[in-house]
Amino acid sequence: MAYLELKNVCKTYEDASGGTEVLSNINLTIEEGEFVAIVGFTGSGKTTLVNLINGLIKPTSGEVLFKGVPVTDTSHERGVIFQNYSLLPWLTVGQNVYMAVKEAFPKESKEKLQAIVKDYVAMVSLSPAINKKPKELSGGMRQRVAVARALAMNPEMIIMDEPLGALDALTRGNLQDEILNIWSKDKRTALLITNDVDEGIYMADRIIPLKPGPNATLGPEFKINIERPRDKTSLNDNETYKKNRNAIIEYLMDIGDQRKSVSNETYELLEISPKSFVA
Amino acid sequence: MKQSITLNKITQLMGFGFLKPITALFTGKPQKEDVVNFLKKIVVPILSILLFLGVWQGGSTALFNKEANYKIEKALADQGQAAADEMRACIASGEISCQPNTLPSPSQVWASFKTLLEDHKIISADKLAFKEKTAAMNEKRIAAGKEPITYTGRPSFVDQIFTSLKTVFAGFLLALLIAVPIGVVIGLSTTLRSSFNWLIQIFKPVSPVVWLLLVFMIVKTLTKDSNSDSAFIISFISVGLCSMWATLVNTAMGVSSVDKDYINVAKVLKLGPMQKVFKVILPSSLPLIFTGLRITLSVAWMVLIAIELLAQSPGLGSFVWEEFQNGAIDSNSKIIVAMFVIGIIGFLLDRIMLTIQNMVSFNKNEGV
Repeated sequence: MAYLELKNVCKTYEDASGGTEVLSNINLTIEEGEFVAIVGFTGSGKTTLVNLINGLIKPTSGEVLFKGVPVTDTSHERGVIFQNYSLLPWLTVGQNVYMAVKEAFPKESKEKLQAIVKDYVAMVSLSPAINKKPKELSGGMRQRVAVARALAMNPEMIIMDEPLGALDALTRGNLQDEILNIWSKDKRTALLITNDVDEGIYMADRIIPLKPGPNATLGPEFKINIERPRDKTSLNDNETYKKNRNAIIEYLMDIGDQRKSVSNETYELLEISPKSFVA
Repeated sequence: MKQSITLNKITQLMGFGFLKPITALFTGKPQKEDVVNFLKKIVVPILSILLFLGVWQGGSTALFNKEANYKIEKALADQGQAAADEMRACIASGEISCQPNTLPSPSQVWASFKTLLEDHKIISADKLAFKEKTAAMNEKRIAAGKEPITYTGRPSFVDQIFTSLKTVFAGFLLALLIAVPIGVVIGLSTTLRSSFNWLIQIFKPVSPVVWLLLVFMIVKTLTKDSNSDSAFIISFISVGLCSMWATLVNTAMGVSSVDKDYINVAKVLKLGPMQKVFKVILPSSLPLIFTGLRITLSVAWMVLIAIELLAQSPGLGSFVWEEFQNGAIDSNSKIIVAMFVIGIIGFLLDRIMLTIQNMVSFNKNEGV
């Protein structure tokens, strides 16, 4: 039995003109312990897909099965790292994480919960900032808090919605390694949504392109058979890496070209010339 | 240096940013910029105050002359040249009985202000003496189960200020206790919001005077059996009802427009409904709630004067009205004193609310 399974999932957003089908016929299977990346253009319905899987929205038709059971609501088993870090600005770093931990382990004592918070904040190396408010942190630090918050709930599956999209290249690289570390430590299942092909290849076991919406659907998958731990510098000379990267980019370019709207209309321009102001 | 930083922070937080040039000038080395800032932000405002006083002085002199000429001409027309000369001499001599009644000059207002303070001292002393005199007797009366004798003399101007402040705070608290919970509830539910919207829209623009009459109708009947003074109750309830709308609307708006990201966080963390309200929705709408409360307090202070004036409830409003009815030579300047006092207290109340508002607010993009 697949760990997470999407069967013919469609999602339509209703509006006055009838509605647009954002996702159509999405079929996806993820096995336990796998790291899967979904790569797509911005606006292709990636966030909708994430929200379907974590249970924030329900599919219009089709089924999302988590361990064989249909997903109807959010669950602590699936931790989410949002695209925009979504920290609560009136709470400190520690309080933000504590709030999540308290919900995930309601029966634990306060001391135990505080210890968990400390551990996870230390894990993303933010211990000195534990009593700071999000506004005092840089973007990368905020994202690390969001990572700590999601992981502190000890989810079986981590769902990441473009978690590193807004970060600079250096911070991004560091956080990629941190996430990989955590994932490999106790072999959780991970789903990464990204628009960066390199990031996908570096981190995931499988890459699935998402054709752009409306009517977005998943393209053919690409298996990344590169030994872990992967090394960024040597990756550039790796033949498998190069082959995969080119194949994926080519595929994405092709569907990007198809998406380009072609206008056959020609516009007639008036014959105008500058007016002379010399009387 | 550290001291000056905290000093700046406090002045900034309280909205007293205009004090910054002074602190800059007297803490650490003054820079050329600081001097320019000092000129711009301190000297120019002082000049504007002087200009204001000058215009006031000129205006009141012109009005005084117009009124004096009218009096002299009237005497001339009614009683002849001798009476007119007598009137002119009388006005020039500063005799109280024939002074024209018009806009007082700044110096007259200042003199009245000092008179009012003197008056307060006298009344306070009188009160104290009364208390000492009746202390022994009151003890006996209380022991015998009778009401103690209280001072029933006329309240001083300062007493009136405190009475007004008491009324405005009672009204403000009432507005807070009514508007915030109702605002939260109707903010949470679209159904309730649309079903109560008509009520809010209709009652929001109703004039304070009408609220007063409505409250009067109800309180009069409710307090029929008791002989306690209902003027205070009527005025503070009216103030509360007039001023609560800003808080009600702002709270409802704050609660209904919580950032979707925060709601998603609450869902993903699986917070219960109460937890969601108290840990996510209320904190995120606090800035708007306090914006509403700040408007409420300033509206409350503004309508209070009108309501006190009509409800015959003691306070600055009735002070102004009594002075106007009184028509003594310094009544007009006392009214202007009251005007400045009302303005300055209103400004201070607003600053207090602004400070609290700045402390609870956060930038919406801070967590994102």
